[in-house]
Amino acid sequence: MSNIVETPKLTKKDFESDQDVRWCPGCGDYSILANVQKMMPELGVPRERVVWVSGIGCSSRFPYYMNTYGFHTIHGRAPAIAMGIKVANPELSVWLATGDGDGLSIGGNHLMHALRRNLDIKILLFNNRIYGLTKGQYSPTSEFGKTTKSTPTGAPDFPVDPASFAIGCSATFVARSIDTDAKHMNETLLRAAKHTGTSFVEIYQNCVVFNDAAFDSFTAKENKEEHQLRVEHGKPLVFGAQKNKGLRIDARTLGLEIATIGENGVTEKDILIHDETNATIAMMLARMPYPQFPVAVGVLYNVTRPTYDDTVHAQVDTAKAKTKADLQKLLASGNTWTV
Amino acid sequence: MTQQAQPVSGGSEKAKTLRGAVVRFAGDSGDGMQVTGSQFTVAAALAGNDLATFPDYPAEIRAPAGTTYGVSGFQINFASQDVFTPGDSPDVLVAMNPAALKTNLKDLKRGGLLIVNSGAFTPQNLKKAGYEVSPLENGSLDGYNLLSIDISKNTLTAVREAGISSKEANRCKNFWTLGLMFWIYGRELESTVQWIHSKFSKEPAVAQANVLALKGGWAYGDAAEISHYRYEVPAAPQVKGTYRNIGGNQATALGIVAAAQLSGVPVVFGAYPITPASDVLHDLSRYKAYGVTTVQAEDEIAAVCVSIGASYAGNIGITASSGPGIALKTEAIGLAIATELPLVIIDVQRGGPSTGLPTKTEQADLLQAVYGRNSEAPLCVMAAATPGDCFHMTLEAVRVAVKYMTPVILLTDGYLANGAEPWRVPNVGELPKIDVTFRKEPEGFHPFLRDPKTLARPWAIPGTPGLLHRIGGIEKDFNSGHISYDPDNHDKMCRTRAAKVAGIADDIPEQKIEIGNDTGKLLVLGWGSTYGAIREAVQRCRDRGLDVSHAHVKYINPFPKNLGELLKRFERVLIPEMNLGQLVKVIRTEYLIPAESFPKVKGQPFKIDEIEDKIRQMMES
Repeated sequence: MSNIVETPKLTKKDFESDQDVRWCPGCGDYSILANVQKMMPELGVPRERVVWVSGIGCSSRFPYYMNTYGFHTIHGRAPAIAMGIKVANPELSVWLATGDGDGLSIGGNHLMHALRRNLDIKILLFNNRIYGLTKGQYSPTSEFGKTTKSTPTGAPDFPVDPASFAIGCSATFVARSIDTDAKHMNETLLRAAKHTGTSFVEIYQNCVVFNDAAFDSFTAKENKEEHQLRVEHGKPLVFGAQKNKGLRIDARTLGLEIATIGENGVTEKDILIHDETNATIAMMLARMPYPQFPVAVGVLYNVTRPTYDDTVHAQVDTAKAKTKADLQKLLASGNTWTV
Repeated sequence: MTQQAQPVSGGSEKAKTLRGAVVRFAGDSGDGMQVTGSQFTVAAALAGNDLATFPDYPAEIRAPAGTTYGVSGFQINFASQDVFTPGDSPDVLVAMNPAALKTNLKDLKRGGLLIVNSGAFTPQNLKKAGYEVSPLENGSLDGYNLLSIDISKNTLTAVREAGISSKEANRCKNFWTLGLMFWIYGRELESTVQWIHSKFSKEPAVAQANVLALKGGWAYGDAAEISHYRYEVPAAPQVKGTYRNIGGNQATALGIVAAAQLSGVPVVFGAYPITPASDVLHDLSRYKAYGVTTVQAEDEIAAVCVSIGASYAGNIGITASSGPGIALKTEAIGLAIATELPLVIIDVQRGGPSTGLPTKTEQADLLQAVYGRNSEAPLCVMAAATPGDCFHMTLEAVRVAVKYMTPVILLTDGYLANGAEPWRVPNVGELPKIDVTFRKEPEGFHPFLRDPKTLARPWAIPGTPGLLHRIGGIEKDFNSGHISYDPDNHDKMCRTRAAKVAGIADDIPEQKIEIGNDTGKLLVLGWGSTYGAIREAVQRCRDRGLDVSHAHVKYINPFPKNLGELLKRFERVLIPEMNLGQLVKVIRTEYLIPAESFPKVKGQPFKIDEIEDKIRQMMES
């Protein structure tokens, strides 16, 4: 993030608005909110320079609870509104709260274009794999065949994976985290905040009412060691209670395979080292089939590219340096004649 | 004006003096007719004529050559007196091929001058245009002054020394034709020569060929025994000042630039390409030095959302589109109404519904603009009357949007957008001021605290210390700005938003009469681009002694305060519009008067004759 200035140290409380939080008791959104409020003071950005923008859905109530500037807009369009905000004032730290329906269904187009443009905004996509605010229809991230209120005989369409969608859109920062893992979320959000360009963070978020325990198979305490892969740049891609399972490239299939260190002559040297600047590895990690493979969380991809807002403002600066704005002269340009 | 083709004075050698003429260039869409027409226009303007122009081109970029649906036309009406429309019927028709002749001949005045490129009248082209026998040979053109010239061959001869391919050489025939037309009307070649050199600066041989063609056409006129076709149209008397020729979209773009400069607040212009509005985006993208940033968004919805986001952050958000695009923006416009943010939406109307007639004009988005949103969603609606008026109405739209914290829809149309007229360049000092105040004071602040006079809420932008707040599409509490589902509060907020927009009536000029008395038998009430045709038709009827007046509304929501009272002073009110009767519905609803509709939806503007006939029929029967 650009232009971080020194200000008196703020606390979590400074970022809590005076509005009552109205999510269902036990909703994963509470822990995301708490983590964000706790993380924001660490950025050193004055509150008046922070803007939270959202669309429609449970996640999109987020701005009302942040004591910053906030704009609760319309379904799916938050990235486009955010673009206008950043073009008007690049000094602002602009954050988006969106969901799987808001971001990937009705707003998929805007999300795609924000990512490819590399607008300097931070997008948190709360993925609960269900439509909550409309009371329980399947979402674009719901699993194939899922039985919901609108699909009593099973969802007929195949889900989209948010992280691989983002990588496919040429995003420059793509990460995953989990609502119940405060420490991991804090680290991930801080890295997202410090990235210049669009940061995309998918947060697995449990909907207690319409899709409870959707992620337990890899987030619950008893499952996470064996079914979660926490990626870290420059570190081997290992998981399991003994940290002895790792990923390596199968040269015959050009795909990933799981190898156990210490078995069949496999050593730590055979295990793939995570390189978050490598789009191919990032895409393979994002698309690992579950449950044959673990679910990768952490920063999957992180590269630097000029941002849309910097480029636009540089063009304006160049034009201003070249041409003095003289309205009278402009109005009278072209072929003129005097009577 | 009257289109008079009769010589007023002059002998056989000297050019005859005309009060004015209507000329139409027609050819294949690849023949360069729009360029020819534009250059002819510039020359007429530089000669001091008053003028109005209108291009008519197909929706396809390059329709198959030689076909009737690939014909592209450009009409100009120029005169030594005031001109209000591009003219009903041409006095002169230039037809570059059989298809152009076939589709345009019916409009040419009997006895008018018909210039055809006989070189294009090949058996193949004749067949494509549906001619069994060449009309040049069967006497069917006897009622016209036919000047049949092999322009294709003459062009090839004229450009030979440029040494370009014969295919490229053939493309120069529009400039040869323009040269001939310049000779007929005694125009200077210089501005076009300069234009050619700058346009083809990277292809000097092509530039040379086009200049040779232009001069070749002129020389042909000089050498051929056609001096009886030579005319002079003297300069028109005009208000003192510096003039330029301006098209509607160009004027809109300059209005946006002027708004940024006069307010001192940058403009963010979000747009998605759409005919016929795209030229506003093209023009503005070159004005980055003037406080305007353009964003070509991924779709129409994003385009308006970018503008809304920019307004939220303290710039002036503006977007432009045409009917189908406005439909897509509708939900977001509702958000701007609910959050009470300034926003200007320019609707360059075109034929519809759906894709309709993308390159043709229509005025059928009026009801969409006034009523076309879910729930109680009032906003301000304005309409520009002429190409040059687009500049002033754009400024007006911005003034109202920022003062009242409201979206404003400005209606223009394809006819205004692509039409052009001479425009007196305003002195920047005489333009209206646009005052913008951002709230800074934390004391007593809430985001929906209203100005007691305008009912506008404060413009409090991110980055301002002490004013942290949240806004959104959910209903707000009148007294705190927090979200509220209270029934009485919602009723109050709906009424307040409506009262705010209605109150704009106190801040706009009263409705005036364009011509005629302010009371009488018949008022012709128009809006938008029908201005010229109505004004001229009413003038002609008044010249015949009919008691008829013309008023033209530029503010449609709210209407000027005196409009109802003014309408009631006339026995009858006639409303011509390019739709099936939209303004007439609003007028009837608002004032409970039996206003009569005169609708036309042909994708073509009204002819003066059509309105004149209607008035005479109403008053003489």
